[in-house]
Order: sequence, then C-alpha cells, then structure tokens
Amino acid sequence: MPMKIALTGNYAVAYAVKLAKPQVIAAYPITPQTPVVEKLSEFVESGELKAQMIRVESEHSALAACLGAALAGARVFTATSSQGLLYMHEIIHWASRVRAPMVMAVVSRTINAPWNIWPDHSDFLDQRDAGWVMAYAMDNQEAFDLTLQAFKISEDPEVYLPVMVGLEGFVLGHTAMPVEIPDEKDVDAWLGERRQPYVVDGSEPIGVGGLTWPEDTEDMFYGIQQAMERAKSAIKRVDAEYGKLFGRSYGGLIQCYRCEDAKYIAVSMGAWSGELMESVNMLRDEGYPIGVARIRFYRPFPHEDLWEVARSARAVFVFDRAISFGSWGQIYADLVAGLLLHTNKLPPVMDIVTGIAGVHVSAEDFYAMIKKLIEKVESGHNIGYFEWVRVRR
Amino acid sequence: MVKVVPPVDNAKVPLTKPVEGVGGKTGLWRTMYKPVVDSSKCTKCFLCEIYCPGVCIVVDPVKGATINYDYCKGCGLCTDVCPVKAISMVPEE
Repeated sequence: MPMKIALTGNYAVAYAVKLAKPQVIAAYPITPQTPVVEKLSEFVESGELKAQMIRVESEHSALAACLGAALAGARVFTATSSQGLLYMHEIIHWASRVRAPMVMAVVSRTINAPWNIWPDHSDFLDQRDAGWVMAYAMDNQEAFDLTLQAFKISEDPEVYLPVMVGLEGFVLGHTAMPVEIPDEKDVDAWLGERRQPYVVDGSEPIGVGGLTWPEDTEDMFYGIQQAMERAKSAIKRVDAEYGKLFGRSYGGLIQCYRCEDAKYIAVSMGAWSGELMESVNMLRDEGYPIGVARIRFYRPFPHEDLWEVARSARAVFVFDRAISFGSWGQIYADLVAGLLLHTNKLPPVMDIVTGIAGVHVSAEDFYAMIKKLIEKVESGHNIGYFEWVRVRR
Repeated sequence: MVKVVPPVDNAKVPLTKPVEGVGGKTGLWRTMYKPVVDSSKCTKCFLCEIYCPGVCIVVDPVKGATINYDYCKGCGLCTDVCPVKAISMVPEE
C-alpha cells in the first residue's frame, strides 16, 4: 500500500533510493547532504536495503567507486553538496562519457569561499557541461519522485546517461513535509531490472575509456548529444507513466503555473519557485497577467517547451540563483540562446540574479521586483537585460 | 540483476578489447631473451595471458600457454607473474 509520512527533503531522497534498490552506495559526508546517506546506511544496517555501503575517503573516490560498480552491472547511488561536488568533478565527466547509468543527489549549497552552508544553485549549475541529465526539485515530494524517476531515465537505452537530482539544502533538505511513498511491488514492476550498454564483469579482458583517435572520441561525444535529445521524450514518457501509476505527473521538463493566459512569464528553478508562485497569485489578484515556467530539467535544456510558453509573452523575467561571473545567470544564457533558435524577434528577456549565497527571497520580494518590471514594460520603458538584486540592503 | 542492452542508436562507447600483437610485429627486434614455457609445470591459470602487454600469449585449458614469438617483445612480465615458475627467459639463439 502507498503510505504518506512526514519526511525532510534528504530523507525523501533516501526513501526513493531505497525503493530503487541499488546494490552499491558510496558516499562521503558533507553538509547539508549527509542525512541522505545516513538514512540509507540505517536502511542497510537494518537489512531493509540489501546494498553494499562503501565508505570512502573523499567524494572523488565516492563517485569513482560508484562508477566502477555501475560498469560492473550494479545499480548505484551517491549524494553530495558544494565542495564535495566540485571535488567529484573529474569523475562526473567520466561517468557520462563512458555512458554509465547512475543517480546522484545534489543537495545544493553555495560554493565556498567564504564558508557558507546556505543554498543557491552555484554547485549544481557548475556541472552543466558534464553530460549528465540534470533535474531540480521544488519540494520534498518532487525530490522523492525525481530521484525514483532518475533511475528509470538513466537506465533507458534511449538515454544511458547519469542523472543528477538537485534540491536546495536546508530549505528542502532539512525541512519536513508529507511525502507519499508508492508501494514497493508497484515500483519493482515499473522500474524493472537494471539495463546498461555494456558490462565489465571479468568474463573477458576489456578496457574502458582507453586512448582513441580524435574522430572516435568525437563520435562518442556526438552520441551523448543525440542521447540528450532523446532524453527529452524519455523524460516526458517517464513523467506520464509515473503519473498514471502513482498519481503524480509534473508536465515534463518544465512545469507551468498560471501560464495559459499569461502575458508575462517568470522563469525559475528549485524551491524558491514556491515563493515565486505565491507572488504570482498576489499579482494576479491585482490583475497582472503573469505565470511561472519552472525548469524541472536543466539538461537537456527544454528550449522547445519554454518557447511554447514564452512565444506570445510581452516580457520574460528569469530568476537566476547562480551567476557565471562576468556574464549573467546560467539559465538566462541558455534561455536567450534557446529562444533565439525559434525566432529572431525576442520579447524583452530580463535576468534577475538574486538569492545568491542562500539569501532568502520571499514572495513579497518577488512581488515587488516583478511589479516594478511589469509597470516599466507597460509604460513603454526599456527594462534592460540584467540586474543583480540584493534584497534587504 | 543487470541486462546488457545496446543503446538504441548503437552509439559508440569507449571500450577497448585486446587483440593479438597490439604492438605490431617484433621482426628482428627483441630483448636478448625470450620466454619459454615448460608445459609440464603450467597449471593453466591464465595469469600470463592476462598480463602479457603485447597480447601474444594464449592459454589453452588443456595444452597450457603458447607464446606467439612474432609479437613477443621479450619484456619478461610473464615470467614474473607465473606462480609456478613455468616460464623462463632464455638467451636468443
């Protein structure tokens, strides 16, 4: 029977992993991710999860251990945050480039220095060129659902890429809400046995990632790009079948909130989209026709879906919770480039970088920022393209 | 359990499998010594086949190890890894 229990975001991820039944988990503790693997080690200790828990001396080794186990045919999982994720970076590229299906939770925390444990999207978005499918949750239920779906997507022969699932530390990670957990037998039947493109099981000598000619390497990277394109339909398929079986479907790569008749579109990703949606309700009450397009999958980048939402907008406001210093927010850059694939006449697209380093942005803050921008557009003023809004200063 | 299913587009994956004589034919060039197998001692453990960097040793489960001298460079690794000292390095004639 499905059950509903109060879970933190971290525990929601752990419960999803338990249902996916990985054979190998390797991780190194780091705030704010640690409760994910603490809970999993409890499951292993109690016998509820029959997995090998490998304790390692670093995140680099954690992902390397997962990679080795994955190539040997095991379903694997790891979780990390911030500096730990950066330390993994080399193996992150390895995992996708050898087409190893695997799942990792990234419990977001601002990149140091200075020392800071509050969440922004800097650690997650730093991995954007690594060839992983990248999903980001808005609440604990979605963190649970995305983690479970990540295994299905990763092991799909259409995809065969590693998948990372992001969620903000503390804001989701350490905050509890009711989470519905589907029945184990239903999940088993839906997820099925692990599939992967090849296996290194000792039956024959085999080298992985050895020296190749440039043309061969280029062919392999081209294959990753093709897989990313196919991942778009795989993600939508998994979202739809999950909805049918377990009652929750989110709409694919993006989630639209009050977009149907919207003249203004706010684009965001992650937990603070909840505050943004609240501010949209406040603005709607005052007659401002605005909706939210929330990015659930950042890679592959859903430019087609975003174009459908933004094509008739008077203006698009992007809320970026990370910045590529010297340019602008990563989502903004991808969105502008993506929309330009569909039109040479863009509506004004404005980037608002805010909430950096975990600064809290409330619904009232969103309300004030958006109202000011809409009024500018309505009165025929140029809204510019970029502003870093440091709230409460 | 795991099921091996190729990618839908049969995309290239970075795998390499050893082929005999991967380093090319040795010709007149070899170290001063070549490995010789004493088949009465060989236990068919396959270690020499696995370790041979030139991939020129084949272990038959019945007959034991055979070395293809066309490719053998005389590195001597097989002598080192053989647990029963069935392979010795002898001077070239």
